[in-house]
Amino acid sequence: MKIVVCVKQTVDTAAEIAVEQGVISWGDTPLVLNPWDEFAVEEGLRLREAHGGSVTALTVGAESAQDALRSALAMGADNAVRISDSGLEFADSLVISTVLAAAIHKLDEVDLVLFGREAVDSNAGVLSAQVARRLGWPSLALTAAIPVLTPADKSIEVERMLDRGRQRVRSSLPAVISVVKEINEPRYASFMGIRKASRVEIPIWSLADLGVDSVQPGVAWLEMSAAPQSDVACEFIEAVDEAAAAQTLVARLREEKVI
Amino acid sequence: MDFRLSSEHEMIRKMVYDFAQKEVAPTITEWDQKQEMAPHVLEKMAEQGLLGICVPVKYGGQGMDYISLGLASEELEYVDTSLRVVLSVHTGLCCLTLLQWGTDEQKKEFLPKIASGELIGGGAFSEPGAGSDFASMQMTARRDGDDFILNGEKMWISLATKADVAIVTTRSLLDAEKPSQGLTCFLVDLHSKGVTTGDIHGKLGVRAGSTGWIAMQDVRVPAKNMIGTEGEGFKITMSAFDNGRYTVAAGATGLIRAALDASVKYAAERETFGRPIMEHQLVQAKIASMHLNHEIAQLLYLKAGWKKNMGMRNTLETSRAKQFATNASFNAASEAVQIHGGYGFSDEYPVERFLRNSKGAVIYEGSNEIQTLIQAGYALGKRRDKPLRCELPAYDEDAWLEE
Repeated sequence: MKIVVCVKQTVDTAAEIAVEQGVISWGDTPLVLNPWDEFAVEEGLRLREAHGGSVTALTVGAESAQDALRSALAMGADNAVRISDSGLEFADSLVISTVLAAAIHKLDEVDLVLFGREAVDSNAGVLSAQVARRLGWPSLALTAAIPVLTPADKSIEVERMLDRGRQRVRSSLPAVISVVKEINEPRYASFMGIRKASRVEIPIWSLADLGVDSVQPGVAWLEMSAAPQSDVACEFIEAVDEAAAAQTLVARLREEKVI
Repeated sequence: MDFRLSSEHEMIRKMVYDFAQKEVAPTITEWDQKQEMAPHVLEKMAEQGLLGICVPVKYGGQGMDYISLGLASEELEYVDTSLRVVLSVHTGLCCLTLLQWGTDEQKKEFLPKIASGELIGGGAFSEPGAGSDFASMQMTARRDGDDFILNGEKMWISLATKADVAIVTTRSLLDAEKPSQGLTCFLVDLHSKGVTTGDIHGKLGVRAGSTGWIAMQDVRVPAKNMIGTEGEGFKITMSAFDNGRYTVAAGATGLIRAALDASVKYAAERETFGRPIMEHQLVQAKIASMHLNHEIAQLLYLKAGWKKNMGMRNTLETSRAKQFATNASFNAASEAVQIHGGYGFSDEYPVERFLRNSKGAVIYEGSNEIQTLIQAGYALGKRRDKPLRCELPAYDEDAWLEE
């Protein structure tokens, strides 16, 4: 099976985010492989172990994004490709999905594309569906399990996570899947993987390499500003019992014109 | 001069950090309170390849360099000292002693099972009556045909009840001109008849670790398990300390960082006089001191690791690194408790565990007073490194990765 895992370099969720002169800053906190993408890489590796084939990690980004690819390689991915171009500076997901779909075409005969459910910096979670649409492949978002995969029949069954319960879906391959954390437990990088990841030359593809003309984003970021600071005060409701506490709370909420 | 860590080193650091955070951090307080080692720790460390991190692949290890050992030690002790102690004794004292002093046959026979973690290794040197004055140690080894018979007791031995094998220093030449010349090392199977072990409880710190005693009564050890030659035991033991001590230095660096991070976090949350305490200058002074000392400690141990990589003798550098980092970690932990105020005095926060743990390293692996004497010897020109019959091999990537 030829499996592609799309990964992203993101800010560590523990970082302190600030906006300075319209530019987002996270200080010295290192960037990390998008935590959701670790589950996608792990699933790709497990499917490779079960069915054979290869796992290629794919990303769009500047040089620093190589670290996300090296993390995937250190976990055990076979190959990695980085897409980088000056024309991608203000890319939104419409642009990124175009570029990723072109790269997946270029990789040729891909059976399965995996995404983490969303990137922790944007929290949009739409890229996997957009890529699927551009490829003309089924989109199986929020997958929590892959109980059946029959590469020879080009068939897959997944369990998708719903608000309540799960939905079992059968689809043809190739397909695009986004995964949730319930799907697996990502492995640590191995020493062998780390060694390989640190040495491998990662090819860089430009828009020209992908045969993509200049792409225009659908969204323009006009201004970036920090969220307004708010003073938080905590008031404890004292009462003899829960019923009295509830009444007092309702009265307070009415006073504050919340309800 | 490039002070940056390689991408390989950065990835190793991150991997070990992630491992310790996930596998140990969530339950460390509980195990520390129980004064027991969590049963899964050794197995998980072995699975991940940590126990043989810097041992050549052909001997069952992961083929990384000595700096990787230091980085792993720092990240492990960031969570708890007990984790780093495993690396100190299994990898530092046992594996690297075999790598340095073992014959080819011994390396092939003994190292693969130990480096892979199939067997847990340790180092049994100090005794109830012999710590700093190591040359006066008493455990005997008497030749009996193709074997030696060991009698005596070792104390304050990490992993005493967990290890399967240990490098044990004995006195085999009772008529040696100097006490230090009468010592001989063996690799001892701790499951042999006559070996008994026990845990020491009631320690101030490293309570989630295993520290104990090993008693030997007429324990038969094959002569082929002698490491080095008869009478070479003192030099071998001191070499072992150069490696164990290096991991202690690196680990203490992690402890400084743990104290620093805990202090920064608390200082941002706790308010006094209407503002976070991080805005008070005396708190800032404490945090700045930890920050500086972490940097110094890291530079010192990385230099020692670099010298090991180059095959250069590093007794002085390791001594400096160990002494500085452990003193600084004790200070950092103490100040972290102070910054936490009353809460620092309770196990609701980890800083009291950091303080209790930090004191051990000031004492063991060569007390910091002994480190001062070592360094004074070098500074006064009274101590010079003479070439050893066997030196710790320089890191050679091709040789280390050869299968």
